[in-house]
Amino acid sequence: MTDQDAPEDAGGLVATMTGFARTLRAAGVAADHDRTQSLLAALAHLDVTDRAAVYWAGRLTLCATPDDLPRYDRCFAAYFSGRRATLARTAVTSVTRHLAAREDPGGEEDGSEDATAAPATASRAEVLRHRDVARLTEAERAEVHRLLALLRDRRARRRSRRFESAHRGALDRRRTIREALRKGEVARLRRREHASRPRTVVLFVDVSGSMAPYAETLLRFAHALVMSEPRATRVYSVGTRLTPVTAELRHRDPGTALNEASKVIPDWSGGTRLGEELREYLTRFSARGAIVVIASDGWERGDPGLLAAQMARLSRQAYRIIWVNPHKGYEDYQPLTGGMRAALPYIDDLVAGHSLAAYEQLSERLAHA
Amino acid sequence: MDIQSPGKLIELLDRHAYLADEGLATAAFLALRMGRPLFLEGEAGVGKTELAKTLAALLRAPLIRLQCYEGLDAAQALYDWDFARQLLHLKAAEAAGVTDVGRLEGEIYDRRFLIARPLLKAIETQPSVLLVDEIDRADDEFEAFLLEVLSDFTISIPELGTIRAETPPVVVVTSNRTREVHDALKRRCLYHWLEHPGYDREVAILLRRLPRCTEALALQVARAAERMRQAGLVKPPGVAETLDWTEALLTLGAKELNPELAAATLGAALKYREDVVSVLGGGLLSHD
Repeated sequence: MTDQDAPEDAGGLVATMTGFARTLRAAGVAADHDRTQSLLAALAHLDVTDRAAVYWAGRLTLCATPDDLPRYDRCFAAYFSGRRATLARTAVTSVTRHLAAREDPGGEEDGSEDATAAPATASRAEVLRHRDVARLTEAERAEVHRLLALLRDRRARRRSRRFESAHRGALDRRRTIREALRKGEVARLRRREHASRPRTVVLFVDVSGSMAPYAETLLRFAHALVMSEPRATRVYSVGTRLTPVTAELRHRDPGTALNEASKVIPDWSGGTRLGEELREYLTRFSARGAIVVIASDGWERGDPGLLAAQMARLSRQAYRIIWVNPHKGYEDYQPLTGGMRAALPYIDDLVAGHSLAAYEQLSERLAHA
Repeated sequence: MDIQSPGKLIELLDRHAYLADEGLATAAFLALRMGRPLFLEGEAGVGKTELAKTLAALLRAPLIRLQCYEGLDAAQALYDWDFARQLLHLKAAEAAGVTDVGRLEGEIYDRRFLIARPLLKAIETQPSVLLVDEIDRADDEFEAFLLEVLSDFTISIPELGTIRAETPPVVVVTSNRTREVHDALKRRCLYHWLEHPGYDREVAILLRRLPRCTEALALQVARAAERMRQAGLVKPPGVAETLDWTEALLTLGAKELNPELAAATLGAALKYREDVVSVLGGGLLSHD
């Protein structure tokens, strides 16, 4: 077959195209080596002097999601007009820096720089457990994040349509007869049962300005969920846009995962237009049968009516909707913001999300959902 | 069939009443030339499945369709043994006094007792177009399995040996993107995101597919469809739905779109009650 064919006299073309792929990678498109090879193979069948043909060959081989397409268009225009796609790159560095500025100075294990944060006794840890993460020192926050990384969720399971063999359950005709054919007689009856699978959790993390003190901790919680059930957890950041960050959060190391996620989130500390974003989510994806967790304080900038309508749609699809509001942790809290009021009728559980203990409770709730 | 360029493919598809733009034509052209599966993603009703059907017609190859659903497994997608017939065969042999166990075993795992499901059928049929429809509905275990089949187009059956496709089938995988499909599978494929057609293309599609449709009606329907897609409906109409809608209008003898006719036929385009209400109430269909 022709996958291996390279265009003749391809030196210049190969260099140009690998350079282009590199530019795309810098802009966040997963245009790796394999995909670059596919691009070169594709170009062997097309007229490489035709700009449109090159555009399509690249788009068809280097992109993998609709989110890649605007980045691809930007990079293509910039790269093939001679100007490299520096814009996209600066955008990425600036958010990385944004997050780096808020990163714990001591890093992962190192909370000891701060002399006052002496060896934590059990009671200190217990106190820490219940304190609002927004009011912790950097060292304390690092400790909370370390504990958060150890969180393992024991997710509620659901019955799958898929069968697996079991000791009890319905007769597995296929296996029984197959065995009988092999042995010449029915030695024993085989049985099968529906397999059980973890319920999918779809988590929306509000990264808008008012949630800034909690966003990082929430993403670390999200990371712990992704680590526990990588195939059954989907995470999106919300603010002024909906951004899928599950792939980024699959890195084992929480620091790296967070850093990767922060690179793709374009709207740190903006406003919140949750209604529009949920609508986008529901148009593009589905939450059928999932436990939906929305972590937000409900300071909605958009139309509360739209939010209510989308929550209604979501509640028809989802198995359960849990709303995590950091302010819920305070006794005098009342859900009075416009967004909260609009969403309230469709929420199954409204829970706190301000402390380590609150996250542990949330994880417990996922186990019994 | 020798198709020299994407432009040529546009012409050939047009002959089968499928209007493809340059992107889709390049995607299909490369899929044919490179022997790679084509992964088509986009909202329901933009013409993903239709492309596979048209390619089959154009290549004069049978279309073999694997409709995905949750719980789909290898036995339903690949092959299965016909146990009932195998048992009958054993009984018959027994009655005839055959006692040679080795011979019996050889006989019951014969090709004629094998039921070919879509993937095996596609590998055995040449040429063929294999449509793996709505992969996003299958679970991820199935994706991994499909990846294996699509990587080398061989299927090994323990009792029978390996079956290899001499010429790989043309493969079209579609997804409505209700769930993210694993990158490993996409990596094997050419990836194309299919958009709703623009206004002009939709008019052309309506006129091409429905010869009875007047130009005035096509223009009005396409305009209304464009507005509906921008109105944030629960389920905006795809091309498939505008075609259905136009057909419904033609059945009522419509030459032009008016509010009464629209109200009577809108159910062909919109599938949610709240959408019908908001379109009729929101003035989306009034004056052009």
